[in-house]
Amino acid sequence: MIFGLPVISVAIWLPIIFGILVLATGDDKNAPLARILALVGSTLGFLVTIPLYTGFVRDTSEMQFVELHDWIARFNIHYHLGVDGISVLFVLLTAFFTPLVVLAGWQVIEKRVAQYMASFLIMSGVMIGVFTALDSILFYVFWETMLIPMFLIIGVWGGPNRVYAAVKFFLYTLLGSLLMLVALIYLYNQSGGSFAILDFHKVELPMTAQILIFIAFFFAFAVKVPMFPVHTWLPDAHVEAPTGGSVVLAAIMLKVGAYGFLRFSMPITPDASHQLAGVMIALSLIAVVYIGLVALMQTDMKKLVAYSSISHMGFVTLGFFIFNAYGMEGALLQMVSHGFVAGALFLCIGVLYDRMHSRNIADYGGVADTMPVFAAFFMLFAMANVGLPGTSGFVGEFMVIIGAVKVNFWYAFAAATTLIFGAAYTLWMYKRVIFGAVANLHVAELTDLTLREKVIFAILAATVLGMGLYPLPFSEIMHVSVNDLLVHVARSKLPL
Amino acid sequence: MDLMTNLMPAGAEIFMLAMACVILIADLLIKQSGRLVTYLLVQLTLLGCSLITVGTHENGIVYAFHNMFVDDLMSDVLKLLTYLAVSMMLVYSRQYLTVRGLFSGEFMVLAMFATLGMMVMISANHFLTLYLGLEVLSLSLYAMVALQRDSAVATEAAMKYFILGALASGLLLYGMSMLYGATGSLELGAVSSAIKSGAADKDLLVFGLVFVVSGLAFKLGVVPFHMWVPDVYHGAPTAMTMLIGSAPKLAAFAFVSRILVEGLQPLVQHWSGMLIILAIASMALGNITAIAQTNLKRMLAYSTIAHMGFLLLGLLSGGIEGYGTSMFYAVVYVLMSLGAFGMIMLLSREGFEADTLNDFKGLNQRSPWLAFLMLLLMFSMAGVPPTVGFYAKFSVLNSVVQAGHVWLAVVAVLLSLIGAFYYLRIVKLMYFDAPESHAPIDVGSDSAFLLSVNGLGVLLLGLLPGTLMSVCAVSVQQSLLLH
Repeated sequence: MIFGLPVISVAIWLPIIFGILVLATGDDKNAPLARILALVGSTLGFLVTIPLYTGFVRDTSEMQFVELHDWIARFNIHYHLGVDGISVLFVLLTAFFTPLVVLAGWQVIEKRVAQYMASFLIMSGVMIGVFTALDSILFYVFWETMLIPMFLIIGVWGGPNRVYAAVKFFLYTLLGSLLMLVALIYLYNQSGGSFAILDFHKVELPMTAQILIFIAFFFAFAVKVPMFPVHTWLPDAHVEAPTGGSVVLAAIMLKVGAYGFLRFSMPITPDASHQLAGVMIALSLIAVVYIGLVALMQTDMKKLVAYSSISHMGFVTLGFFIFNAYGMEGALLQMVSHGFVAGALFLCIGVLYDRMHSRNIADYGGVADTMPVFAAFFMLFAMANVGLPGTSGFVGEFMVIIGAVKVNFWYAFAAATTLIFGAAYTLWMYKRVIFGAVANLHVAELTDLTLREKVIFAILAATVLGMGLYPLPFSEIMHVSVNDLLVHVARSKLPL
Repeated sequence: MDLMTNLMPAGAEIFMLAMACVILIADLLIKQSGRLVTYLLVQLTLLGCSLITVGTHENGIVYAFHNMFVDDLMSDVLKLLTYLAVSMMLVYSRQYLTVRGLFSGEFMVLAMFATLGMMVMISANHFLTLYLGLEVLSLSLYAMVALQRDSAVATEAAMKYFILGALASGLLLYGMSMLYGATGSLELGAVSSAIKSGAADKDLLVFGLVFVVSGLAFKLGVVPFHMWVPDVYHGAPTAMTMLIGSAPKLAAFAFVSRILVEGLQPLVQHWSGMLIILAIASMALGNITAIAQTNLKRMLAYSTIAHMGFLLLGLLSGGIEGYGTSMFYAVVYVLMSLGAFGMIMLLSREGFEADTLNDFKGLNQRSPWLAFLMLLLMFSMAGVPPTVGFYAKFSVLNSVVQAGHVWLAVVAVLLSLIGAFYYLRIVKLMYFDAPESHAPIDVGSDSAFLLSVNGLGVLLLGLLPGTLMSVCAVSVQQSLLLH
């Protein structure tokens, strides 16, 4: 409770209310006010989520901070919120990134500032809703609503090909979601009239139904993750989105898909999950290896990091579908870490883009000479992306590889190639952009980070290092929930 | 039965008819400058009708005029919503019509007669009453479309509407006569029990049913009987398009559900198969063809076809739940289409129709608030939460799945994905493109206010859809008799 109000509801609605206030500041005459309001709203939005971490009881997998109210009585739909060890970190991650995104767009966004800031605030609240909803229709409402602000962010403030990217993003994700909706309605009729996700976990289903439901969920979640072969929207969306949009996409929106696998696919259709695990693992490994190679060939920095994201998310789905504790915890840690690292890398590229208006690797060279502080931060995040021990990137990848070895050596072998490819594409990009002789006059005129940018990067650097050196605060909170989920998934739900 | 017990249930209809005649005469004495008086009189009549409808409401089902007329909860709810829709239509179109010199007494009296037709359709319990209501509505609409005499497009639209409408009426009457021949009755309850008793000739019944369903499909505008819809929507002045595209859908829902559900329930396995074909064809053709349209009114016409297909899904899934969801869908659709046409009229100026897609370019820069409202309406039509359009689709899909047609639900969502594209394009034009004209948007304050209420209503009902859903479900439950 915060001031007598339930924590999760505050975490959802506070940013949304601030978003509406920011919108109300109107046109760009009031831009400074809109910026300040947005910063205040997003910072408050982060502060109110802290009780979720401090007050979280670690030794149970039950839902905590539960709120349950009637919403649509006709269909037995409830306003039902709660967190467990799996979702709580993502709530914090979401709230954590919103002020950073607001700061990152502080000077860069000059047209329709209020709408830009408000979109991010509203999206932040909605994404927290996705992570905390325990009623599947409530989940679905948040899940779809999330598309609207992102669609506008890419389309209004994006790059030259933004319209194509925005429409592609929207339709791709809508296709998956609609199939999921049919699956949810089917489950509602099977569960005897309940839309509660936890009730879905208990419904017995024959194999055919499980497989069809799994496929419907797969479309919804795999598109968001994104898994090979439905990943093609991501590079377009990332390249065209403004920096803040890319950060939120990489740091949070991709996690939503992976979260869906844990909350829906695996516990609701455990038998189908086991049956189709081979396919999922294969797709994950293709993402890890093939997309890693694709990343190597990119000439656009943002595209490179986008492909690197897909490759890293391949690790996450691999960790899920090997069904052991190392794999799943590693995957969750990888999700959190990738949130920080990919977010940070997109912010780095944003810093360069703001100054040079180019994301082409070939346009750079010798940036270390003109922006030494930036080069140092960029180095740290690049290393974390590679998975260097001591950074957050190492923990998750290492655990997933251990988990994979236990199942099949060759899974681990294929997955571990990412350590080579990842190092290759990240460091090669870093070398071409940062080192060497100053490439041209534009690079020579570059100015180093401003105080605002330094603050953003310092916060992120501290988190990346902190999580790498001491991951316990992140892993202990999910421990019990992960184990119980694995126990649940191991039990067959086929009717006898 | 004494006279008063017969007249009371039809009180609102009688009042509407009387006032229409009074206003028709009174309007002769009013100069063009005082036309606002007529307008206010019409609004007052609608208010009066709603008071009478609420006042004469009785629990249960009341029959009058030898079972030709029925007054139940569903009819009362639908009538109240019809008054509301017509009244909103008048507010939206006042400015638009004034500028075009169409703000005349004829327009308003015809609108009143159209409303009367809808009311009769909603309350009919007899093939003849149903037909009577339908014709009163249709004839008024034909005349309204033709009201703009010097516009070639409008005249063409009226002509097309009239000829195809007359054809549809013919089909419907022919089917009804077959049913009459087979069952010996025109009253819905008696028809139903005659079919159930098994005495009626099955072949003759199904033969008649095909014609009735075709006639209904014509009136609803579903594929393959949809050809009139785009031309009429496009050609008619937008105010008339709004009238055709809004309230009559409520009456059409009542009409279809009374005939098929109350009268022909025993033939459900025959007509639900026909409706499946009609529904899939409408959703497919409506959604795909809408993509190619450059005129917003035409696009909305195709979108209507798709929406009507979706509405049929609720009906064909059978069961009282399904009929309730169809009614909810119809109500939601009317709300959205009023908003969309209202927006077109609001953006139109003297001698300029804002009815092509290009007119919406850059609306966010010209007026962020109107762009936001249109965004809500478009996402609602596409069925994206948190707008009410989502719940309309959701509840229909739910009843389809409940009826065991999971595959049909999958087809429906895939087709509505195609539909999402063209709604999304409007949003894209408004938000991502630069405006083509910078003409200030002159906003009649009453219609802009109503539009805000309408747009926010779509959002608010999306956040709290429970009440409206229950009202629809309960009123269908208490009214439609499954004989």
